[in-house]
Order: sequence, then structure tokens, then C-alpha cells
Amino acid sequence: MIRVVLPAHLRTLAHVNGEVTLELAVPPTLRSVLDELEARYPMLRGTIRDHDTLQRRAFLRFFACAEDLSHESPDTLLPPEVVAGTEPFLIIGAIAGG
Amino acid sequence: MSKVRVLVGTRKGAFILTADGKREKWAVSGPHFAGWEIYHLKGSPVDPNRIYCSQTSGWFGQIIQRSDDGGKTWFQPGTPPGENKTPDGMPKGESNKFKYDDSSETGKPLTTHQWYDGTQHPWEFKRVWHLEPSHTDPNLVYAGVEDAALFKSTDGGQNWHELSALRGHGTGPKWQPGAGGMCLHTIILDRKNPNRIYIAISAAGAFRSDDAGKTWKPINQGLVSQYIPDPNAEVGHCVHHVAMHPSRPDTLFMQKHWDVMRSDNAGDRWHEVSGNLPTDFGFVIDVHAHEPETIYVAPIKSDSEHFVPDGKLRVYRSRSGGNEWEPLTKGLPQSDCYVNILRDAMAVDWLDSCGVYFGTTGGQVYASSNAGDSWAPIVRDLPAVLSVEVQTLP
Repeated sequence: MIRVVLPAHLRTLAHVNGEVTLELAVPPTLRSVLDELEARYPMLRGTIRDHDTLQRRAFLRFFACAEDLSHESPDTLLPPEVVAGTEPFLIIGAIAGG
Repeated sequence: MSKVRVLVGTRKGAFILTADGKREKWAVSGPHFAGWEIYHLKGSPVDPNRIYCSQTSGWFGQIIQRSDDGGKTWFQPGTPPGENKTPDGMPKGESNKFKYDDSSETGKPLTTHQWYDGTQHPWEFKRVWHLEPSHTDPNLVYAGVEDAALFKSTDGGQNWHELSALRGHGTGPKWQPGAGGMCLHTIILDRKNPNRIYIAISAAGAFRSDDAGKTWKPINQGLVSQYIPDPNAEVGHCVHHVAMHPSRPDTLFMQKHWDVMRSDNAGDRWHEVSGNLPTDFGFVIDVHAHEPETIYVAPIKSDSEHFVPDGKLRVYRSRSGGNEWEPLTKGLPQSDCYVNILRDAMAVDWLDSCGVYFGTTGGQVYASSNAGDSWAPIVRDLPAVLSVEVQTLP
């Protein structure tokens, strides 16, 4: 079970409160977690990654286990603690004022 | 008794203001989509309960929202209210997808436009500035976007397709962004001729299609802009807004960066009607609902300040289609006021005594129920207002 923490605006958009939990049938990489997240919550498509290129949106970052995964390859495996569900995968809006 | 519904887009959400035909007591609903920039909301003329909304964010990109009950509830087209999936159970999430058409069959290869420094820059989608629902089909709606292009949806906003002949017009490399970005901000549909569409882009100019968007013609003759190398160029003009009265689809009024302009031949030729305005810079322009020669502007001090002149909030009205203007000040602050009125932030209702509405960057929405003779604020303390539209309801 993968626990995903979304920014407040995306929680509102996805009609969820608190963390989202995902079950993956494939190795849990950045790509596969985001694929599953968007499959479960289609209204999030385009809000985290570009529709076509699947590039991370510029003002979003990915953290887990006190590490910044934002610039890792999409095929990077998530840390074991995230895979085990003891630590969440964090999708964070960059601090940019406003 | 008739009612009016004012749709207000702000920097931090949408608000819906409603009143009966007297327009004295107002109910305020909102914020909807709190914290998001709402560039524009507009209702379908065919089905007034159908409202389209552009919800956007520098962080999370573009969302299209739709209401089918007059703004009480909202959903992303293709996803029923309160549910996560599309009616057939398959998630699609296409309603926020605006992909430039780069196919060789129907579009043009993705071209470049001029950047601020004069170099060429590729088109990059940023947001939807304006939504224009059809006069005949509630599921047909157009979207003007930044970087400038025109999109069309025929399924109520679920899927969007670019009318690529506009962006692929041969002048594209000469278009450039204004201070607000390279936005397509004005879309005017001719009720008498469904094949005719006017659009305007900052900073490219105005364009007209007479074949429902298959081909486009720049309509900028007569515009003079000293801030481009050739002041009389075919394109490159910073048009801020264009308005038309539906009974006279060949007569257009334009607030350009500088100059208020008029055309009586569908944009083929423009002439200046700034007349006695204290400054001819501004953003909004609109036409009285029942008097096609009565027009409104809100002069703004520029180039660098972008607030109303002399600390006085004044709408100017011309009853002669331009040139002769009178200030409308009753009920508006006449000292210590330093707000702006952005390009899509003025609208009129269609009640017998025409109502005029505008919103400011200070968060006020003012209404006049007597064609501008006097004004009163509906709300004073919203976030900065980006757009105002009005629906006149039975």
C-alpha cells in the first residue's frame, strides 16, 4: 500500500480528505505511482504532470523519507519505507508566494 | 420578475452575485474554487443554467469546470458531480487538456512567436483566458488561451480541439506577449452569421473568420501603435478588448493599449474615437444593451501606473459611438482610489433599464441599474477581480 499526500488544492479537486492510498500491481516507481493516482482520480491528470510529456509541472516537487525525488528518473523505485506504507510519498507545491 | 446573475472571476476564486430585477439587494455565493485564479466564467445563452468556468493555477495548471444548475454545483466535464469517473466508468480526465494541433493533416507544425526580447519562442500552453459559449448549442463552447490560440469543444467542455488555422496564420512569428502574456482574450460570435467569429490577441491584434474558423484574416488596418517598429503593421498591435452590439455585427468597438477605436465594416478599417477622454489607455469596453451607439470605457493611467487617473474612479460613456465622452462618477470613489479594471471585467444586463457592471483589482464589483448614471458597490472586498459577466434571467 502506497500512501500519497496531495497538496490541499488537489485534495479538493479529487474530492478526498487526508492521504490517498494506492495498491500497485507493478513495481512502485515514480511513474507507476503517478499513473495509478491519475487512473484513480482522473481529474488530476494534467495537474501534476503534463498531459503529453508526463513531465512534472514546474512548481511541484516530490519528497519521500526526507529526500527530494523531484529530479529523479520516472523509473526510480520508491524507498522501501514508502513501499511498506510506513512513510508517505509527498507531492508538494513549491513555496512561491501568493 | 426578471433576475440578474453576475459571474465574477477573481485571483482567489469565483463568486456569483444574484438579485431581482430591481438590482438593489444582492445575494453573494462563493468563493467557489477558493484559492484558484478564475480567469473567466460565462453562461450559455441557450441554457443559462449551463455555466463554463476557467480555473487555473501556476502550480497545477488548467481546469475546466462546468455547472448545469446555475452555479450551485460544479464538475469537470466528463466527470459527473461528486464522482471520480466518467459516465462509462472509464476515467478520461480530458477536459483540462489543451493540446496545440501539430498534425500535418489538420493543423500546422507547432510554430514560434516573438518573445519579449525579439527572439523566436515556441508556443507553450499556460491557461484559458476566455470562454465563449455558442448562441445555439449549449455543448458548443470556444476557449481563448495563452499562448494565443483558439480551442473549440462540441461536447460541453469534455474535449478540446484547436482551430489551428489561426495560430498557423502566416503572421504568427510576429505575435508577441504583452505584459499579461500572449493571450487570446476576446471571442465574439455573430448571432446573425454563425460562420463569423472575431477574436483579439495581445499583442497581435484582431482577426476575423468568415468560415467558422477554417481561415482567418487580420483586421488591423487603421490601428497605429508607436511601440512596434512599424506603427501601421498588419499585426503586433496590443488590442485590449473588443465589443459588439448583436444588432450591428459589422460595428466593432476596441480599447487598444492606447486609443479607443471603431470599425463599421467588420474590422476591415478602424478609426479612432478617443475624443475627449482624459487618457485613451484602458482595458475594458462595452456596449449598452439597447443603444448600439452608447459605449463605455474606463480610462487608466499608463504606461507604468495602470490605475485610474487622479485617484478618481470614472467610467466614461459616449452616446454617439465615440469621440464625445461624459464621465460617470455618481456613487464611485472620487479620491484616493488606485484600482485597475481589467479587460474582461465589464458587462451589461438586458433588463429594460440597462444595467452596467464592472469589477476592480481592489475587489469591488460596482453596478449601475440606470445605464451608468449612478453606481453602487455590490461587494467591496473580494480578491482582485479578473472578469465580470452578467446573465439576465426570466
